[in-house]
Amino acid sequence: MSCRLCSSWGRVWAMLLRYLYLLRSSWPRTLELLYWPTLQMLIWGFMSQFLYVNSSYVFRAFGVLLAAVMLWDVLFRGQLGLSMSFLEEMWARNLGHLFVTPLRPYEWVVSLLSMSIIRVVLGLAPAALLAIPLYHYSIFSMGLPLVAFFAVLLMMGWALGLAICGLILRQGMGAEGLAWTVVFTLSPISCVYYPVSTLPHWLQHAAWALPSTYAFEGMRAVLFSGIFRTDYLFTALVLNVIYLGLGATAFFVSLHDARRRGALLQMGE
Amino acid sequence: MAAPAVKVDNLVKRYPSAVAVDGISFRVERGVTAALLGGNGAGKTTTLSIVLGLLLPTAGNVEVLGEDMLRHRYRVLPRLNFSSPFVDLPHRLTVRQNLLIYARLYGLPSRRERIESLAADLQISPFLERPAGKLSAGQKTRVALAKALLNEPELLLLDEPTASLDPDTGDWVRSYLESYRTRTGATILMASHNMSEVERLCSEVMMMKAGRIVDCGSPQELINRYGRTNLEEVFLHIAREHRIELEAAK
Repeated sequence: MSCRLCSSWGRVWAMLLRYLYLLRSSWPRTLELLYWPTLQMLIWGFMSQFLYVNSSYVFRAFGVLLAAVMLWDVLFRGQLGLSMSFLEEMWARNLGHLFVTPLRPYEWVVSLLSMSIIRVVLGLAPAALLAIPLYHYSIFSMGLPLVAFFAVLLMMGWALGLAICGLILRQGMGAEGLAWTVVFTLSPISCVYYPVSTLPHWLQHAAWALPSTYAFEGMRAVLFSGIFRTDYLFTALVLNVIYLGLGATAFFVSLHDARRRGALLQMGE
Repeated sequence: MAAPAVKVDNLVKRYPSAVAVDGISFRVERGVTAALLGGNGAGKTTTLSIVLGLLLPTAGNVEVLGEDMLRHRYRVLPRLNFSSPFVDLPHRLTVRQNLLIYARLYGLPSRRERIESLAADLQISPFLERPAGKLSAGQKTRVALAKALLNEPELLLLDEPTASLDPDTGDWVRSYLESYRTRTGATILMASHNMSEVERLCSEVMMMKAGRIVDCGSPQELINRYGRTNLEEVFLHIAREHRIELEAAK
């Protein structure tokens, strides 16, 4: 049993190594990882400084916009990190080679999820650290609730990423653009920068169906009132389990379907 | 007595628009080199893909090294491998990185030693640190072969192993494959439409046409049966016969 686990971990590590080699082989790709989160943090940091003296909303908690933009990036980068590693295999037309090795689909998925964590941390750590000297704001001051928000948003990113990869497996590379765009359609109703009450009543129902909404509402509760809403965390986790289940099902069903259609050898640019 | 390396029964692969494989059955005994021979669209690559487990058949059974490939593919996959000039290794990784990753995927214990030894055998040592995308066709074929031999497979599946190679490199690859089979007792199943290659390497040939096996035997048996001087003439005879059949049907 433990030997099987070792072999399985060996294959996950092999795939992880593949994506790390890729990341290392291209400095523009590594730079791109750091560039957007840092740029976003700079823009919203200056905006926060401006609003701090001109808006009662930001005055109540200086970091509310900065924390929101960084946590939004956890969701975005979490999804993109998974989808990009998946797309690397498609661009390289490598699925034919991979699936004649003993690599199981779930092991591949574990390596994609691990790579997503690495990409999120690599992308966000410089932005979060830079905010401390620039704006005297540390997102880490949120303490343990930050870990909970991070986990909720990362899991939602994975669910989305798996569903998008499933769609690409089914529809081919024509659906590649979804990897960059789908998450932004959820941004307005995730209430990243404003409370849910801002939305029209009918749209609030849709907002509360997203784990991200609970994370951002929970973040505001911590920053404004110092209260950690465990009910939000619990609901978000339950929703995430459902969405992850749906995302994983979409992925594995599409992979099986690709084997039936003979797409594993043909899939690529 | 050991089960055959490959045993295929009534294999069918049907797509919405065409039948790629139409009820074929064959077996390849252990330790031999066999070929699926046929023109474009005959069903060779489809058959190989099903044997590899990359493609699910519509009907039929496939046993590889004594295991049911549809039910227990993960028991067999560590014991086989595959190479095709049409499926490149990831271009941006170096040859060594690619081989290391595949060595890990196969769970090899002495990865670096195995890679060095294969690199020496296949004469790829000088470009181990070069990105796979920057190799010539001949170099790519040798690297693909190194990847395919990493786990010293009992069954090696090859799709057009010498396509797009110059005669000298092609001959070198054929010699290497022959020596590998002799040394390890492995079975090789290849899809090809290179007649001289098949004549030289294979002891069994399955002639495919429109998804069916229309004849089989050793190269010499086929040549004698059709009263020809070489396998290429046999191939042309069968292909033209098919064309006449198609025209008559129209």
